[in-house]
Amino acid sequence: MKPAPFEHHAPLTVEQAVAVLTEVGHDGKVLAGGQSLIPILNMRLASPAHLVDINRVAGLDTVEVTPDAVRVGALVRHAGLERSESAYAALPLLRQALVNVAHPAIRNRGTTVGSIAHADAAGEMPAILALTDGVVEVAGPTGSREIAWSDFFLGALETSLAAEELAVAVRFGRLPAGTGTAFTEAARRHGDYAMAGVGVTVTVTDGVVSGARASFVSVTDVPSVLDLGPALGGVEPGSGAWASALDDAAEAVRDHVDPEGDIHASADYRRMLVTELTRRVLPQAADRATTAPNAAFDRESAVTTLSSTPNAAFGGEGASDD
Amino acid sequence: MTTQMFGAPIRRKEDPRLVTGGGRYLDDLGHDALAAAFVRSPHAHARIVDIDASDAIDVEGVVGIYVHEDLPRSVGEPMPLLIPHPTLTHGRTGYALAKDQVNHVGEAVVMVVATDRYVAEDACQRIRVSYEQLPVVVGIETARDGDLLVHDDVPGNVAAHMLQEVGDVDAAMAAAPHTLTLDLDIERSACMPMEGKGVYARWDTERGELRMYSSTQTSTGVRAAVAARLELPLAKVECIAPDVGGGFGVKIMHPWPEEVLVPWAARLLGRPVKWAEDRREHFISSAHERGQLQRVTVAFDDEGHLLALDVKFWHDNGAYTPYGIIVPIITSTQLLGPYKPGTYRCEFWSLYTNTVLVTPYRGAGRPQGCFAMERTMDAIADELGLDRAEVRSRNFILPTEMPWDHGLLFQDGRPLKYDSGDFPASLAKLKELVGWDDFADYRRAAEAEGRKVGLGIGCYVEGTGVGPYEGGHIQIETSGRVNVSTGLTSQGQGHETVFAQIVAQELGVRMEDVHVTTGDTRKMAYAVGTFASRAAVMSGSAIALGARKVREKALRIAADALEVSPDDLEIVEGTVRVKGAPATSMSLGTVSVLSNPLRYAFDEAAKAATQFAGTFDPDKPPVAEGEEPGLEGKGFYSPTQATFANGMHAAIVETDPVTAEIKILRYCVIHDCGTMINPMIVEGQVHGGVAQGVGGALYERMAYDESGQLLNASYMDFLMPYASEVPTIEADHLETPSPLNPLGIKGAGEAGCIPVTAVIASAIEDAEGFPITRMPISPYELWELRRRHADGEIPSLHRLSRTSSKEPSA
Repeated sequence: MKPAPFEHHAPLTVEQAVAVLTEVGHDGKVLAGGQSLIPILNMRLASPAHLVDINRVAGLDTVEVTPDAVRVGALVRHAGLERSESAYAALPLLRQALVNVAHPAIRNRGTTVGSIAHADAAGEMPAILALTDGVVEVAGPTGSREIAWSDFFLGALETSLAAEELAVAVRFGRLPAGTGTAFTEAARRHGDYAMAGVGVTVTVTDGVVSGARASFVSVTDVPSVLDLGPALGGVEPGSGAWASALDDAAEAVRDHVDPEGDIHASADYRRMLVTELTRRVLPQAADRATTAPNAAFDRESAVTTLSSTPNAAFGGEGASDD
Repeated sequence: MTTQMFGAPIRRKEDPRLVTGGGRYLDDLGHDALAAAFVRSPHAHARIVDIDASDAIDVEGVVGIYVHEDLPRSVGEPMPLLIPHPTLTHGRTGYALAKDQVNHVGEAVVMVVATDRYVAEDACQRIRVSYEQLPVVVGIETARDGDLLVHDDVPGNVAAHMLQEVGDVDAAMAAAPHTLTLDLDIERSACMPMEGKGVYARWDTERGELRMYSSTQTSTGVRAAVAARLELPLAKVECIAPDVGGGFGVKIMHPWPEEVLVPWAARLLGRPVKWAEDRREHFISSAHERGQLQRVTVAFDDEGHLLALDVKFWHDNGAYTPYGIIVPIITSTQLLGPYKPGTYRCEFWSLYTNTVLVTPYRGAGRPQGCFAMERTMDAIADELGLDRAEVRSRNFILPTEMPWDHGLLFQDGRPLKYDSGDFPASLAKLKELVGWDDFADYRRAAEAEGRKVGLGIGCYVEGTGVGPYEGGHIQIETSGRVNVSTGLTSQGQGHETVFAQIVAQELGVRMEDVHVTTGDTRKMAYAVGTFASRAAVMSGSAIALGARKVREKALRIAADALEVSPDDLEIVEGTVRVKGAPATSMSLGTVSVLSNPLRYAFDEAAKAATQFAGTFDPDKPPVAEGEEPGLEGKGFYSPTQATFANGMHAAIVETDPVTAEIKILRYCVIHDCGTMINPMIVEGQVHGGVAQGVGGALYERMAYDESGQLLNASYMDFLMPYASEVPTIEADHLETPSPLNPLGIKGAGEAGCIPVTAVIASAIEDAEGFPITRMPISPYELWELRRRHADGEIPSLHRLSRTSSKEPSA
């Protein structure tokens, strides 16, 4: 279980990284946290001739909170984003989802942007990018561009990112005041890829639901957002009509998802599971819509710079190979 | 007095080293060695048509590429069948490198030796092997049908067919008021030690000697196996087990193909060669266990007493049988647990499939047997409307009936005769611990909250400490340092600690003065290995016997020097002294000096030991007649039979009413391994075993598809439980000493995992109200069972339809 030979590139700037990617084209792979890529290389499921290790690229390790979004640089580790108080204050959904990403050791190295660029249907953060109407910021040989989440994910493990492009950041959109969020998933073991997962947002205005959305993990091949407004809109959480509204929402989820079966769970089971998880998680989000921390969004802009890893000794793999 | 060492929960001597990165495992050694890597079969069943290595030979750093035809006679012969048995009429073994056919995915076909593992794998990738695929036999039903064959010359895929019967089962069955039949199914799992297998071989060309390091449970086994294959005198081969990162059974069977090939290549090339198994290799080319289909027919009276037990099972032995039929023999005998079956017949067929071979994995056939027996006990209780613990209790072998001879032959070919145990006492303790009699209230309260909970129970007896023998050597240096050596190996069990405790106790020395070496054939050439929960029983007893010899010798020499009778002496904290007059004393170091008269004075201790020192009696030789120089002693222990440990577990589980997720709320263990050397270590063994058992009950399986591909050959998809999946384990002990050995001990290594599958099945069944007959079980499988139950395909338990159940837990 050793990787095939590859050339290791360690650019120091985004421009250098893009230059290398442009030169090597489809023979290159970007290495950030390496939590998916390195096992793939070791098992020789992929044998790219070039690894473009961006761990030394300056300026990619920041989390910025703006009035509209939480912007996460390509070298921000899951753990860093998870622990960012300003990100949590601005968008609690991030931490709610991130604690479900594998295990702490993996979150210490794996990057949120890398997970999104990997576009695994079992990934939590692609679903969150979709649910928050997020954007991927991309640097390429001809300059920068932005790709809306709905144009970014093309299929399982497939995105609209070109071979010569580098995803430098993502922006998770902040949610309207009065919005509560929640995330849950069920895995065979704690921290495994989920059999099914769901993130929801519920906005409550004047005591009744004015908006509700959900996105899913492991039960759709690309992230997609389901509008639960038709099921829940106008209903007061906890009221007599709430239970049947939840049934309607669950029914909508059942129709929306398209899971596949594998050795861990059948498609039917996953469909039942995500339906039930949604039913359980919606009241939680509705509760939070009117209580802290979601109700207390800090709309002030704040910039936080994080070390790219909690412990510098655990830098990206191969960082010492020049 | 010396502090009591034996029986004390002393912290493990090895842990500071092991938990701070001080361990030296196989792959920590031999950084200058060449690396071996293997091209393995991608097909489950195929003929090899052609092997083309022309693209690989030029890869820079490749030293050699070898196929079957390159191997000399003894290396190229079929691998040995290590444990023949009269009923193993069609035993088959593979080759070190496949000859012309492959019989499972992962079988080694080509070996590449190169400057490092990266290069070796690069070369492997460039070797093209063409195959003609053959029909594949996967799954016990397919093997049992016998339409397709794994080996052309093995009709019906039957490697072995064995039958043992005690009493007239048919007559008892015919006369019985009640009978039940259960069809049961238990899936494959595997040992999965954190460190895979591995071998590192150095050939000394000038001396014609081979030194091997092996990640093994038996260094003497590896040594003998490799010496035979390479046709080397045993004296020219040594094998050392460094720190070993877990074994659980898979490292007891030698030689593995790589262990023959790597030393062979080292000799051929005159250079050190190493192979460290990677995880994928471990999945597809080591060994699995557990897979069986079982049919139990049981007859019983109105009170639930067993009258006849008729068991048939079909055991999946994989592609080859190098380790014989030890696993199914253990299932067929240990199935009986703590019960008297009335009459008993067990018939099994050991079947070939195109999958990885099967060798013992912690528990070694017992979890399957326990599953069969305990599912049967629950079924009887449900049929009669009796409490499940009560039915078990009524069938127990009683302490007054020990020793109890079942009239069967055990895995070691000796009578299955229980030496000790107090099953009613164990059950009473377990019921108290888990709150058995209060569970009905607990269930009612849970149901009121919309929760589903169930209580499960499982009992087992485990034959531990099987022979043939182990030895222990104890030597005291002039400094007072005590060197202890035993030949069996350590994989983290705590041998350095428990063997030191025994020696400290027997000799009267301090723990810190005792230094234990295991698994080094240079220090102890006679040994069998660490398996079958035998290390404490076998080596512990041997070491105790050896220590007693050393003690006697020390007292003899000291008595002579102090001019007292040996009977008047005692040894306390490393000092021999006169009882009641402790000022008259000498240290064991001084006794060691006296025991070894020298010609030269190398240091202060040696100066004291020269033949010219001390009192001089011209009429006596420097070494007394009948004595040997040195303060040392050797003991061997060879029992007439295994000693039988036992345990009883109970669990409370909760199943989600909608998603069918399964949570273990409580897990309780009563464990009896006789006299405990170190209760903390015993408890650690129980915890680890239960964790592994939880894996077998709820998570682990080998997902072979129809073509014989293992779909989950990685830690991503083979689900070993994390700490987050293992419940808090509440354990208590009963100590019924074994009369069979000098210390009264019984083995504990495998105990924890044996009943877990049975216990969890029992608890889930109790929560769900319909029979659970197939394990492991996942949430989605339970959910499917609920659907089938709702559709009427699976009947409810009788207890649900009884208006006044006699079972308190109902």
